[in-house]
Amino acid sequence: MAEPALSIRGLTKVYGNGFHALKGIDLDVAQGDFFALLGPNGAGKSTTLGIVCSLVQKTAGKVSVFGVDIDRDFARAKYHLGVVPQEFNFNQFEKVEDIIHAQAGYYGMSLREAKPRAEQLLKDLGLWDKRKGSARMLSGGMKRRLMIARALMHRPKLLILDEPTAGVDIELRRSMWDYMRRINREEGTTIILTTHYLEEAESLCRNIAIINHGEIVQNTSVRELLTQLNTETFLLDLARPIEAIPRLEGFEVHQVENSQLALSVKRGQKLNDAFTQLTEQGISVVSMRNRANRLEEMFVSMVEGANANNSRTRQVREIDSDKAAAETTTTNTGTGRH
Amino acid sequence: MDPKQIATALWTLVVKEIKRFTRIWPQTLLPPSITMTMYFIIFGNLIGSRIGEMDGYTYMDFIVPGLIMMAVITNSYSNVASSFFSNKFQRSVEEMMVSPMPNWVILTGFLLGGMARGLGVGVIVTFVSLFFSRLEVVHPLLTIGVVVLTAGLFSIGGFINALLADKFDDISIVPTFVLTPLTYLGGVFYSISLLPDFWQGVSMLNPILYMVNVFRYGFLGVSDIPVELALAAILAFIVVLFGVALWMLERGQGIRS
Repeated sequence: MAEPALSIRGLTKVYGNGFHALKGIDLDVAQGDFFALLGPNGAGKSTTLGIVCSLVQKTAGKVSVFGVDIDRDFARAKYHLGVVPQEFNFNQFEKVEDIIHAQAGYYGMSLREAKPRAEQLLKDLGLWDKRKGSARMLSGGMKRRLMIARALMHRPKLLILDEPTAGVDIELRRSMWDYMRRINREEGTTIILTTHYLEEAESLCRNIAIINHGEIVQNTSVRELLTQLNTETFLLDLARPIEAIPRLEGFEVHQVENSQLALSVKRGQKLNDAFTQLTEQGISVVSMRNRANRLEEMFVSMVEGANANNSRTRQVREIDSDKAAAETTTTNTGTGRH
Repeated sequence: MDPKQIATALWTLVVKEIKRFTRIWPQTLLPPSITMTMYFIIFGNLIGSRIGEMDGYTYMDFIVPGLIMMAVITNSYSNVASSFFSNKFQRSVEEMMVSPMPNWVILTGFLLGGMARGLGVGVIVTFVSLFFSRLEVVHPLLTIGVVVLTAGLFSIGGFINALLADKFDDISIVPTFVLTPLTYLGGVFYSISLLPDFWQGVSMLNPILYMVNVFRYGFLGVSDIPVELALAAILAFIVVLFGVALWMLERGQGIRS
């Protein structure tokens, strides 16, 4: 059996102020996988990835990258790693091509080797025309792509993407997804992704781990995880405004706006039954969509469950998409009744 | 990394550092040239002509080696301190940390970058001094050797300062409150033989005095202190500080949480 791309055993991190960021986590990421590491803010995602790529010092535990123990030969392990961090971490005053070439040099690639590779990556990521310009002149999305190009210069076998699409517009985000899918599929690059866009994780990743309070609370395939989803919430746009919330036998209904309902459907229930009852009450539905994406609902229920008696619920909410958050607020501020 | 890859990584870092200070030459190369020109005009030409001879040389000839050394010291130090701290501040130091480049290569790369600026400014100041003084070098190899070692030593000092610094203020404290006073009191503008015995003894505790004097010895053939002792002291400082800087880097001091 092939070595995992990443193997973590008993990884523990206690910061100087006594905060236990990681409490002995175990994690394996198979070669060629597209893997999501999710968790609310402060759960331990960035600490985990920071230890893997040597930006954070571990307190205890073992980390191996393609079978290479980082305590024994970190330099060799680093050859396998490409890192795209959450924050911009390049010299903003340098030229785009200088940043890329320098990174190749740090891995021992000569300029002669680096130039064609840089050209290919900058063209693939739509930055070729900007190569002579200063990095500070790039837009936020371009800066993110620059960090991806930089991370791929030495052809890493494991690419770590820490919220790579944060603050990137939808069109650009989708083009970045396509690119990541391509390098995962065609070049066999193992990818570990952390993201707050759970739609992104559901769309891209095959396997997933959820970390909360420094512990892995779920580690399975996305498909398996979604089968555990007990309730999905749909938003129904109505043909006309309604004055009272309809009573639907067996279903939970909330009013979001005058002409919009939120319908909760439990596993095993049929949507047809809800529509039949709505039709009988003279209510026409013109369109329907998920309130949040399925993985998001799963994530929120899982993390909220773990935090049931914990004031961190507010933090968990932050991971909801803006829209879902806005809708929740609308419901809670009085337009909705049970 | 094999030796060829290490050489490539080191070369990359040194070129990057040289590009940095040449890209911002109005901040890095021009100011010391103008400042030193002022020193030559005011202290050397205007005031110096009234002071007369110092250790048997015109005052201008006496201060030229000290001023060159002063420029080399401050520029070597501040180049590494500001460059490495900027890398910390902008987090671009992470580019190096995630790479397989050994820590000693990172340290050496910054050290050579700092030396390049210090020595570059030294060459500029030397060139300017030719307008004011007929420069003769009695011991050329010793002169070059000591200025290279001094540039290296203060580059390491700047690196340690940058590792310890949390904010930009922290990289200006040492140059302002330590380096400048020690340089002024290090015999740049006077021979310590002019001082009372007690203050001569105190001056001997100032490491910069040794560097300035050996450098002046290379130019003029006169020194207040034994040359061998000075060279041994500089080399010892380099070995100790390089070890300290590398140890701090290995621990991740100031750059790893």
